Amino acid sequence: MTTATTGATTTGAVGTAHTRVEGRDKVTGAARYAGEIPFADLAHGWLVLSTVARGRILSVDTGPVLGMPGVLTVLHHGNAPRLDIDYIGMLGVPPDPTAAVFQNDRVPYAGWPVALVVAETSEQAREAAERLVVTYEQEPHDVALSGDRPDAYAADGHMPAVTEKGDLEAGFAACAHVVDAEYTTPEEHHGMMEPHAATALWDGGRLEVVDSNQGTTWVADELARMFSLDPSAVRVRSDHVGGGFGSKGVRVHQVSAVMAATELQRPVRVVLTRRQMFTLTGYRSPTVQRVRLGAGPDGRLRALEHRSLNQTSTVWEFVEPSAGVARSLYDADAHRTENKVVRLDVPSPAWMRAPGEAPGSFALECALDELAEKCGVDPVELRLRNDPERGPVSGLPFGSRNLAACFREGARRFGWAGRDPRPGVRRDGRWLLGTGTAAASFPASAMPSTAAVTAEPDGTFTVRISAADIGTGARTALTLVAADALRVPTDRVRVHIGDSDFGPAMIAGGSAGTRSWAWAVTAAAEELRERLVPGGTVPPEGLTVRSDTTAAIAALTQKERLSYGAQFAEVAVDVTTGEVRVRRMLGIFAAGRIVNPLTARGQLVGGMTWGISMALHEEAVRDRVSGGLYGADLAGYHVATHADVPTVEADWVDDPDPDDPVGIKGIGEVGIVGAAAAVANAVWHATGVRHRDLPIRPDRVLRAGGTGV
Amino acid sequence: MREFDYRRADDVSGAVALLDADPDARYLGGGTNLVDLMKNGVERPARLVDVRALPLDRIEPADGGGLRIGATVTNSDLAAHPGIRRNYPALTEAVLAGASGQLRNMATVGGNLLQRTRCGYFTDVTKPCNKRAPGSGCPAVEGEHRNHAVLGASDHCVAVHPSDMGVALTAFDAVVSYETADGPGELPLADFYLPVGDTPHRETALPPGALITHVTLPPAPVAARSRYRKVRERASYAFAIGSVAAALDVSGGVVREARLALGAVASRPWRAHAAERVLNGAPATAEYFAAAADAELAAARPLPDNGYKVTLMRNLVVAVLSELAEEAAR
Repeated sequence: MTTATTGATTTGAVGTAHTRVEGRDKVTGAARYAGEIPFADLAHGWLVLSTVARGRILSVDTGPVLGMPGVLTVLHHGNAPRLDIDYIGMLGVPPDPTAAVFQNDRVPYAGWPVALVVAETSEQAREAAERLVVTYEQEPHDVALSGDRPDAYAADGHMPAVTEKGDLEAGFAACAHVVDAEYTTPEEHHGMMEPHAATALWDGGRLEVVDSNQGTTWVADELARMFSLDPSAVRVRSDHVGGGFGSKGVRVHQVSAVMAATELQRPVRVVLTRRQMFTLTGYRSPTVQRVRLGAGPDGRLRALEHRSLNQTSTVWEFVEPSAGVARSLYDADAHRTENKVVRLDVPSPAWMRAPGEAPGSFALECALDELAEKCGVDPVELRLRNDPERGPVSGLPFGSRNLAACFREGARRFGWAGRDPRPGVRRDGRWLLGTGTAAASFPASAMPSTAAVTAEPDGTFTVRISAADIGTGARTALTLVAADALRVPTDRVRVHIGDSDFGPAMIAGGSAGTRSWAWAVTAAAEELRERLVPGGTVPPEGLTVRSDTTAAIAALTQKERLSYGAQFAEVAVDVTTGEVRVRRMLGIFAAGRIVNPLTARGQLVGGMTWGISMALHEEAVRDRVSGGLYGADLAGYHVATHADVPTVEADWVDDPDPDDPVGIKGIGEVGIVGAAAAVANAVWHATGVRHRDLPIRPDRVLRAGGTGV
Repeated sequence: MREFDYRRADDVSGAVALLDADPDARYLGGGTNLVDLMKNGVERPARLVDVRALPLDRIEPADGGGLRIGATVTNSDLAAHPGIRRNYPALTEAVLAGASGQLRNMATVGGNLLQRTRCGYFTDVTKPCNKRAPGSGCPAVEGEHRNHAVLGASDHCVAVHPSDMGVALTAFDAVVSYETADGPGELPLADFYLPVGDTPHRETALPPGALITHVTLPPAPVAARSRYRKVRERASYAFAIGSVAAALDVSGGVVREARLALGAVASRPWRAHAAERVLNGAPATAEYFAAAADAELAAARPLPDNGYKVTLMRNLVVAVLSELAEEAAR
């Protein structure tokens, strides 16, 4: 028995920079990732992917492979267990058949999983997988996305497909200035450092999966449904995660590992290669977007239309809702938005950092810049003039909308005042210089979560929550939140995450992880603090309080809640070589209370850096001939290097959310939103040429020309 | 992965004997390309003969002037060598424009010349490729070819050679020395790479089993005023979409000697002889530089999506030569 020592002082950990609590473990290698945790008697699975883009599997010639050294089994559609895929998962969607594998002989795209070879070693499994002969009946494929596909259809996804109000055509007819342009963004990939990796094993009648994912209860729940298991019979752990960005959900690696572990009754690990990840773990669909903006002489919007088309696979519908960004950023009397999809013989797209907002803001914020040019209004001023009072489509009040403050602070710090609006007139040697800006927004939400906080007899506290730290610093943020709620120093708080046995909780997604978890941790910690009588005692087993935020979150009043930001970029363009270099970027955000300035800055700068990458580099190239990808590795798929990322600064204005117990909104995704548009707008300012297709590659710049050619 | 035999050679003749002209054996230098190709199944050698320990890691004065570069000299050491920096600066710039610091610490001069194309069809064993699997076809012509050849290609292959170093070496008339079981030999770099024709899988004129031992840079006073410019799709750590190695000797506003080689435009580093003929003796002005570029690029046969390379190379040649001319005039 020890004395409880919660005092009455506020430590003020939230808002103070704190290095990652697991930082030392990570840099010394003590932190183990899913693919490197040792297990006795471990077998290794290697996936075989289809080489045709459409057709049927005629045969899987397992015989010769089963005779190879170390090979234990080959799973495929002819012998794999049947899965239940007729359910709606935690995220409100049915499972992607790309994950629910080996259920039939259809091949819906190149790189579809057709078999899993399991062997004693990873090398044996790989060699056998490469030798496995699969024959196909090949059918012609269709992988060409274009804006005029007659088979495109409006699709809801996680928001209504279409919103409209007012008379659009009459609205445009009455406008002094109209912008009407098509913008395209390419297929983009998550490209996280750590590959997907899972080990599945049966232990005392329970299925254990050691994985790298963005939500252990999410994955556990879906595996239980697929394999028709009692939810309590599945435990998923995911301690450290080397990046996720939306791709680390339920995927083929876990499902096939469970199948093999069940058949062999021994632990089986499946790790994806970089090339495999390009077809098995989702991606951001390419988009074709049409934006029409109509404004009066003063630049105030009177008519707005934003249409988006993305591709999805023939087996799963995923909507990249790029037109959604216009539903909350700008109002007009006539206002219409529409998200469409077309089904092609391609892998299923998925959530990728700021789904919808990232490509949508590129189109919309470039169109705003074009409108500013037409109206002769400064781009920052144009956005200030079009800052709505209420949600343009929802009609709801905003939770807090400090976008104007972001633009004012950003313009001041970037040195925007006095900017010459003329394009193509600034030069530094061979480089043309320009600056650009764009708005950023991303929904701020909280989802029900549970947490447990235990007062230990030694005066420390243990937090258990099935949160996921995918590199965001969530583990550290929750430590700070718990310390403040308990009113103890951070070194008396231990946070355990990444274990589905800790109970249901929000995934690391939707920029809502830290907020949702912090709410649950705060609720449990505050109740625990009340229960601990000063000078009282803690029993030997500790004193635990559990929380569930379902009711509290359901009681939130309906408001339009978002994080905001203002992006600024300066670029240099050599139109004789096509090279574009970002010289500096500044992002000012209004994104709720910032829990840990150190990791928050990393999140925002990381998003902006990805925006540079999106603007200039990232593009997966689909090969017309094979229907598969061309150069599907990190040599062929370019992301920004250090040399592409000079001074990138992120900061924020005071913007605590009054309806959140900690004041958090969410910062995970808003950093990438608008960043590519700011760069593209700066390229126009430098060269006088509008680049409406991403990425702004040298060949495109060369073809388009510009001032000075 | 398939098991393979690994041997470390102690001397040149031993290395050649270990390889024994076995078509399934490969010399292993820094492994910065070969090991990647083994990982993705493009190369499946039965034996690797590691040549890193051979006494070929020196850069020495060559007989008759110039420099003799050992085949296992690393890219980093080559770029840092004072004689290279002073007398062949474009070579240092070319090496430093390639790869990353870590890769340059591993990669060797001999291996650099023998590296394979990064064409995405070549590196993907699920796709046809005449270079990897002769007779299987070349999807690049109909498919993705934004960074493929505009000069010297054939219907059988339009891949480009990825080397930066090789472009500068080509401009400076480097000579490759090799050893075989039958004795030593030499190949000027101009004759080192074979025309593509209908045999894109046959890339060099090296005899079977030959081990590159040295690369010799002949004396070339013009090389002291040289430059390498590389354009790529990001600022660092990417292969060129176009590059230029140029050297210019200007006197009284007239070009006395010019050297020009182009990168990422052909199956080999491309010596621009036609351009040099225009330049030699011509006024050192942008007009003539452009005429020289046009003379070289007249032979260009771009595909639908790589025509920008012709514009790019013309602009690059003019820019680099103009810079060199301006510096000479100072």
